[in-house]
Amino acid sequence: MTDYKNLKLIATSNPHIRNNETTRSIMLDVIIAMIPALVWAIICFGVEALILTAVSVIGCVVFEALYRILMKKPQSVDDLSAVVTGMLLAFVCPPTTQLWMVLIGDFFAIIVVKQLFGGIGKNFINPALAGRAFLLGSYAGAMTSWVDPAVNKAPIFGGTVDVVTAATPLAYLKTGNMDGLKEIYSVGDMFLGKSGGSLGEVSALMLLIGGVYLLWRKVISWHTPVAYIATVAVLTLLFPKAGSGVDFMLYSIFGGGLFLGAFFMATDYASSPITKKGQLIYGIGCGLFTVFIRYFGSYNEGVCYSIMVMNCCTALIDKYVKPTRFGVVKSDKKGAAK
Amino acid sequence: MAQAFFGGVHPHDMKAATNAKAIEQLAPPAEVVIPMSMHFGAPCTPLVKVGDEVKVGQKIGEFRGLGAPIHASVSGTVTAVEPRPYSMGGNMMSVVIKNDFQDTISEEVKAPADPDALSVEEMIEMVKQAGIVGMGGATFPTHVKISGGIGPVTDVLINGAECEPYITGDHRTMLERPEEIIGGCKFLAKMFGVDKVVIGVEDNKKDGIEAMNKVIAEQKAPVVVEPLHCRYPQGGEKQLCQAITGRQVPPGGLPSNIGCAVFNINTTCAIYRAITTGMPVVRKIVTVSGSGVVEPKNLECPIGTPVSLLFDACGGLKENTYKIIAGGPMMGMAQYTTEVPVGKGTGAMLAFCENEEQTVENPQCIRCGKCVEACPVHLEPLMMYQYAAKGMVDELNEAHIMDCMECGACAFACPARMHLTHMFKTAKQLVKDKAAADKAAAEAAKKAEEEKKEAAKV
Ligand code: SF4
Ligand code: SF4
Repeated sequence: MTDYKNLKLIATSNPHIRNNETTRSIMLDVIIAMIPALVWAIICFGVEALILTAVSVIGCVVFEALYRILMKKPQSVDDLSAVVTGMLLAFVCPPTTQLWMVLIGDFFAIIVVKQLFGGIGKNFINPALAGRAFLLGSYAGAMTSWVDPAVNKAPIFGGTVDVVTAATPLAYLKTGNMDGLKEIYSVGDMFLGKSGGSLGEVSALMLLIGGVYLLWRKVISWHTPVAYIATVAVLTLLFPKAGSGVDFMLYSIFGGGLFLGAFFMATDYASSPITKKGQLIYGIGCGLFTVFIRYFGSYNEGVCYSIMVMNCCTALIDKYVKPTRFGVVKSDKKGAAK
Repeated sequence: MAQAFFGGVHPHDMKAATNAKAIEQLAPPAEVVIPMSMHFGAPCTPLVKVGDEVKVGQKIGEFRGLGAPIHASVSGTVTAVEPRPYSMGGNMMSVVIKNDFQDTISEEVKAPADPDALSVEEMIEMVKQAGIVGMGGATFPTHVKISGGIGPVTDVLINGAECEPYITGDHRTMLERPEEIIGGCKFLAKMFGVDKVVIGVEDNKKDGIEAMNKVIAEQKAPVVVEPLHCRYPQGGEKQLCQAITGRQVPPGGLPSNIGCAVFNINTTCAIYRAITTGMPVVRKIVTVSGSGVVEPKNLECPIGTPVSLLFDACGGLKENTYKIIAGGPMMGMAQYTTEVPVGKGTGAMLAFCENEEQTVENPQCIRCGKCVEACPVHLEPLMMYQYAAKGMVDELNEAHIMDCMECGACAFACPARMHLTHMFKTAKQLVKDKAAADKAAAEAAKKAEEEKKEAAKV
């Protein structure tokens, strides 16, 4: 029989089994969910879109690895979160962005926003959005020149400078020129992603596919994206800038980075609330700010900044929105709160 | 369908290894080691000394205050009364009996002439003398639960959820001894004066539900079987109460606060046996399973059987076994040695040799909120972890850490593999110590104050 004395037993605390999901598997799911949008970007903007994304990913991974080595911290790149950041940052840049520029964004995202705050889970702002905001602040011109995918493929290496700068649908929405917008893009075009915009944001359909995948894999819950998109939809339906409410609403939710923001950016774990209730509030907040900026702000697009604003509110939301403790019935909540 | 509770996790149930295997009787052990603490409360005082002859069912340990008596599980000679390792960690005063293999039953074990004619007091006394405790692992003395519950309790619930993975002892009992369960329910109904007893069973045990329903129909017993969702910890007392009655036990409260009393399946059987035959708790059904066990089984053995014998009966352990657990994988306690004996609350002995643990180096919380979603008490484990890591006692209290039932759901769900439950166990101790220290300091201050007053008077 077995000699039980020879067993090397460890006696750690319960639970003794763990779910199969890991940080890495979650990040891998996010990467998978972004692939449809990436494929669409390559179709629209050419292989340059792939190169830009690849460079951004490599940039993020290398910066993170170097930082961890230099600071003598345990290596963390194998959790794949840097890959996600790299992809997301490329997704929110115009397809014509210079490669060196995206690397600067990577540096800001990974080093300043993520690592200096302590690494994964500690960043209070979405690193990819912060990277983009930094680039927008530094190189406003380059970050707002858009190509029309229908007209030509963008030569991002800066060789032949025949980029046809196109106004994005958001610019039309901003000025309320619905007729002009309808002339160039149908609602279907917008949904499929035949309009101009940032690399990964143009196709609502592809992002929706990825979003549904994330929901199905339980990587994200529906609360943030649904609250966000629904808020934008309701506001634009009720208060269209021009044309009929339904038209304006459809162009508004399919245009710009709303789907990318709602499914991939606002759901970033580290910078969004931890409770479902909190996520609803946060999603609604994102929606309100997005519409507000799009209507009244100086930028055409409000997704990036509104999410960043709500990122800053996350700590506050988490402080006040707590799950109702088991056994505390609503009516006697006050009495038992002590 | 009964109401589900919010929170909880769905671990793979791993029950297929043993749920089709009938309960086997273990070959009588040559020696049993009976710890004097197998219940919630102070340990028993041994009533026997080295050299004494004992018989099956003879009382060998008497309790004081909250507790339950302990009985000899085999007949033979007492060879030692000394501290020995036991499954709750560390050593415990134990009575060691050398088995004479005669299985002579003690004269103390007396079956009543007509069990149905017993008064409520007599039945409770029999439960008390039989040393019955919560056999699901909580080991709260059953007679206390019954006598304390008569009156306020309107709902008597039987916990057949068996929500911990691997364990199938209750399931097998439902299939093989449904009359004992239903018989126990009838006695409970009589003691509490209720007209119906509800058995909650997770709906992965359809055949168990059928077997019990058959007996209920035959006997026209006042018992209802309620299928429950499969979800851990469905078998937590408070979760079960909510699932069946829709009422929530208030924080820090007991099921009796909302008029419920919960008994485990095997506790119910023990009540039946005690009242009909007078036989105390001397045997226990143990599921022996896990990747490290060569041939998993359900075994019934005398209380005090060294667990190494259970593993022997299952073909031994695989060489690379790294963990042995008394109880289920979610809440059970890891053991340093296979010398520990089976106690009244030992429903399973598991051995693991694969990657069940899945630990990682440098776990980093990613703030995914999955622990919040998983916590059946609706706490915020990630916050509690941060406070605990920094020793912030006030914040821990505010986060209601004392409500944590150490169920392990949060740590199970955590993709970053944070050691949440472990941290909370330590932190709860910290909070308790702090409270005790504060109290002592306050008392000392008060005393000093009084002394000062006294001095002033003089
Ligand atoms: S489940 Fe783990 S990683 Fe996620 S928030 Fe909780 S502690 Fe952090
Ligand atoms: S161990 Fe405590 S904190 Fe974690 S899920 Fe269970 S009750 Fe909640």
